[in-house]
Amino acid sequence: MMQKDIKRLSLILLFAPFALWIFLLIVLPHLGMFYISVREKVGPRMYEFGLGNYINFFAEPIYWNTLIRTGSMSLLVTALALLLGFPIAYYIAKIAGNRTRGALFLMCLIPLWVSDLIRAFGWILLLRETGIISSSLQWAGVINTPIEFLYNDAAVIMGLVYTVILFMIVPLVSTLDGMDNSMIEAGYNLGGNGPTVLRRIIIPYAMPGIVSGCIVVFMLTAGSYLTPILLGGKNSSWFTEQIYDQFITRYNWESGAAFGFLLLAFTSLVVWGGLKLSGQTLNSTVAKS
Amino acid sequence: MAIKPNTAFLTSYRIYVAAFFVFLAAPLVAAGMFAFNDSLFPSLPWQGFTLDWFFNDTEPKLGMFHDRRLLRGLYYSFVIASFVSLLSVFVGTCNAFLFVRCRFPAKDFFYIMMVLPLVIPGVILGISILLLASNIANGAEEALSLDLDFLRPGLILVVLGQFSFITTITSLVIIARLKKFDESMEEAAFNLGASRVRVLRTITLPFLFPAMAAAGIVAFLVSFENFNTTLFLVGSEAPLTITMYDRMVKVGSTPVLNAVSFFLMVGSALLALISILVNRDKPQT
Repeated sequence: MMQKDIKRLSLILLFAPFALWIFLLIVLPHLGMFYISVREKVGPRMYEFGLGNYINFFAEPIYWNTLIRTGSMSLLVTALALLLGFPIAYYIAKIAGNRTRGALFLMCLIPLWVSDLIRAFGWILLLRETGIISSSLQWAGVINTPIEFLYNDAAVIMGLVYTVILFMIVPLVSTLDGMDNSMIEAGYNLGGNGPTVLRRIIIPYAMPGIVSGCIVVFMLTAGSYLTPILLGGKNSSWFTEQIYDQFITRYNWESGAAFGFLLLAFTSLVVWGGLKLSGQTLNSTVAKS
Repeated sequence: MAIKPNTAFLTSYRIYVAAFFVFLAAPLVAAGMFAFNDSLFPSLPWQGFTLDWFFNDTEPKLGMFHDRRLLRGLYYSFVIASFVSLLSVFVGTCNAFLFVRCRFPAKDFFYIMMVLPLVIPGVILGISILLLASNIANGAEEALSLDLDFLRPGLILVVLGQFSFITTITSLVIIARLKKFDESMEEAAFNLGASRVRVLRTITLPFLFPAMAAAGIVAFLVSFENFNTTLFLVGSEAPLTITMYDRMVKVGSTPVLNAVSFFLMVGSALLALISILVNRDKPQT
């Protein structure tokens, strides 16, 4: 009896901080944001329920175009991160020797500990008109006049891939690490060549890692703010910029909240679609315990 | 080695891997090296080595250690990061015990709720907390004419905003460690007559300590470098990343920003190294 009471008491004591955290800082703010997004201002300090903020969003092409642009560019970044990151993860997990493996993995993590701001700043110094790449090319005689590499979509995509690729590599390395080498050898012994083994054995095995990396990378990209602004300049039109604009510049909290909710809904929808397509669940990937 | 591909393939593979690491290092090197260039602009040509951007005390080459606003930013970042890491390690440890040791209904659902903050865009987290806090503060002012100053943008909201997603990180790190704990050690201590509190203090917590320390350092670093969530919640006490961004947008890039970048990179590298050494025997997850 006593034992049972202690168990229950400790469960309550342990659950309390968790519940306070999730409820007060995650659930309640999002409910509040939803509530604000479905009210319309009809006069000073007068509000009534309505979907006007959402209708506004769909009525103004510039808004939903920005969201679609953000979404498709984020998908492109995710695909690029996977394509570029997979060989690196495979190299670290399967080809590198035991000692280089740890060092390479650590090197992958180094940019993670550096602020977004500093990484973007570094790219600006490299890419701008008076930057390192432009002046080196001039010095080498390849070009005659300085070239501006910044403020275009390619710079934004590259900067974003750079920022998020670690979140692709890390889950991939840990999934591939758990794969038994004999599975790959068996594939070869049965007469498969490199591409077949990759397609039929390695990729299916790594699927949970791939999906988990893709989800995190996609969410981080779609929600990023600093990299598109700094590398893309004023016209990068990223959706988080629109949200910031509604909140801070126009002081229109109702519509800003609606935009925030749309971003959340849109990215969740994409993630849900990706999970359905790949036949994975949230439990088997990101929330793997 | 799993497969033995032909050497030409392996060589080009190696070149690709090397090129990738050059790509990873390039912007960091660029951001760091101009801290030592004796010029007013962070760009080539190289004008010679100097430490002025750290230590010089006169304009126009005001070094970072004499720049009041940057130093204040550094101080606020430090305060915020300390609070965030203490709070998030505490809640993370509770979460670890909750999810590893306890059985309760809908545990899988709550586990997903715990991981969720990591994938919510930082901008949205910041906005939603700002909205809720402001609405409560406004409501309290109108209805009760109470002035709830702590709910206005400022240090406390920044700490809460960062805490809201950093706790997921600390929880995951500590959960991974607690799962490796052999519960028979606790049982042995119980059998020898130790009390619950004593077992926790002398056996379980010392086992968890490396993970808690590592999680604390990670939380500190993530808080220090956070921008997206902080941007919306910041009041007059701007942490370093916000100060730097302001400077970059208003004044343009000056080498003092490179000096700060270099300082931060070295600082985080050292802390990251410590966290890895502390948490050594835990395999990478």
